[in-house]
Amino acid sequence: MSQTDDTHLLDDTDKRIINSLQKGFPVCSRPFKKAADEIGTNEDELISRISILLDENFLTRFGPMYDAAEFGGGLTLAAMTVPDDKFDWVSDYLNSVKEVAHNYEREHVLNMWFVLGTEHQDDIDRVIKQIENETGLVVYNMPKLHSFFVNLYLPVD
Amino acid sequence: MKLGNIDKEIIRLTQAGLPLTNKPYLNIAQRLGITESQVLDRVNAMKNSRVIRRIAAVPNHYKIGYVANGMSVWNIPDDKIMDYGKQIGQLSFVSHCYQRPRHPGIWEYNLFAMIHARNRDEVYELAKEIAELLGDDNHGYEILFSKRILKKTGLRI
Repeated sequence: MSQTDDTHLLDDTDKRIINSLQKGFPVCSRPFKKAADEIGTNEDELISRISILLDENFLTRFGPMYDAAEFGGGLTLAAMTVPDDKFDWVSDYLNSVKEVAHNYEREHVLNMWFVLGTEHQDDIDRVIKQIENETGLVVYNMPKLHSFFVNLYLPVD
Repeated sequence: MKLGNIDKEIIRLTQAGLPLTNKPYLNIAQRLGITESQVLDRVNAMKNSRVIRRIAAVPNHYKIGYVANGMSVWNIPDDKIMDYGKQIGQLSFVSHCYQRPRHPGIWEYNLFAMIHARNRDEVYELAKEIAELLGDDNHGYEILFSKRILKKTGLRI
């Protein structure tokens, strides 16, 4: 959370690339050429700039976004109320559980929120039970019941 | 959709990103010993069935100035959630939008929408937009800000 706004390091072409490629990337033999034409640059320049934007961490990913739920594995969001004096211990413990993919501290009575990903759907309940047994805390399981299509667009200007 | 072996290989080769070469799908095809058009067909099929949510660049939202993110959670009548979920998911500042189960007594919220903005005040303003959209069907909401990332390894198959 310590990262700050570094947009002043980007030129107009970088900004057009970030804005355009957030919206999508074509599926065809030479997608960089097609995208470059729309952005107003050329194929090689686009490839090289994407590579630099990834290296400099302006982009965290470039490519297909897979929906893990469609892989047939288990995926859920869960929350706990962790007392202050146990917080670091529980956090370290969850970090050691390989099925925990993300874990966030949030400002709420439910102060620890984590994502569980398992190879099989059946494993979710087992891992939750295991976490409850190890920590002595209640885990509130909040699996997604429905996923709504999103249209995120964060323009750089 | 049932994933075939070729699909799994394509996922394995692209889950870290698309190859940064002029013909990325040919590159994948050559590594798998199949044709470029086979790869293009499978990628299109996975897109159509939503195994691939989209192919795009994901900006590091902190570095492009969107340093505030709030998990907004809403209590909406269950029988109207499909309609509202669709509308809220379409808002450009929402990155995830899910229906999740309530836990009566501790957690009354059934819709989650992650809001991205340049600062916390802007997150509150954007949440008001959602509140206006819901009108009388907004039976309460909160915004949970993350204090710390405790773990972020991502999901891998």
